[in-house]
Amino acid sequence: MDHAAAATLPDAHPDHLDTSTGVDSRKLAFWTFIGSECLLFGTLIATYMVYKGASRVPPYPHDTVVNGQAYEGILDIPLTSLSTFILLMSSVAMVLALSAVQRGDRAWGRNWLIITAALGATFLGFQVYEFNHFYHAGLKLSTNLFGATFFTLTGFHGAHVTAGVIYLLTLALLVHRGRIGPEKSITVEIAGLYWHFVDVIWIVIFPLVYLIR
Amino acid sequence: MTSETHEVEHDIHDHPTNRTYILIGIVLTVLTLLEIGGYVLEENGTFAPGTAALVISVLSAAKFILVVMFYMHLKFDSRVFTGVFLFPAALATLAIAALFVLYHVLGQQGNTYKLI
Repeated sequence: MDHAAAATLPDAHPDHLDTSTGVDSRKLAFWTFIGSECLLFGTLIATYMVYKGASRVPPYPHDTVVNGQAYEGILDIPLTSLSTFILLMSSVAMVLALSAVQRGDRAWGRNWLIITAALGATFLGFQVYEFNHFYHAGLKLSTNLFGATFFTLTGFHGAHVTAGVIYLLTLALLVHRGRIGPEKSITVEIAGLYWHFVDVIWIVIFPLVYLIR
Repeated sequence: MTSETHEVEHDIHDHPTNRTYILIGIVLTVLTLLEIGGYVLEENGTFAPGTAALVISVLSAAKFILVVMFYMHLKFDSRVFTGVFLFPAALATLAIAALFVLYHVLGQQGNTYKLI
């Protein structure tokens, strides 16, 4: 296929397109969006790190002693480790969904997309449980600096996961109806970029918030 | 086979196989378990806090790189995408590091409470 022909096929997915950059403009636009998201989460993580350990009133994230009084940490590491594993597995399901769509396997493309969305929804279920538990343990957005920065950071991430679940379920429906096949696999690839980015952000948040004291 | 199909198949061959994807999934799981192991070893006093933080950070960075390179296909895609992603990612990392040093090292803010 020559370059001119490639440029006239909006859903073709060649290695080199006749665009000013030589790459698919949709992917470039999405990578630019992901770059801007890096800066958004960078500011949220920076704010969390600045105020890490600066709370003056309980609950505290980890086991602590203040003025001779011991406080039990509020974070549940085993529970969050499990939800982290679930989000990681959703990324595996996402690449398998893309692979299925690229080889024209409509049934498995749809199935893997639904599995990815289900794993994402399970992660969200864990987060809702965690937020609810924290609220009842006395940690609110306004309680202390830990509450303010923790809920803002993980809440923004959860909102991104929620958007991702809706995005994936919409794609699963389109694949099921045969509206997305191998020739339009870039649509699923771009959704995959979003989903993996959400996973990558959690890969940074999990150790910084939960594991590193 | 049409030329468009040929192009799509060529692209698939450039990407890792399902077996590679699953293998990377297993590696990511192992790295996560090691991260949790670092936390546990700090809890029982085997690791000093600084050591645990360093080990966990390195493992986390390895997971980040694996996902970005293989699952997000940056290893196989155009370098333009790598640049568009890495520049803001590096900028964000620099901002986090700079503020952390400013508040926790130079500012001597530290923890207002003692971790046990």
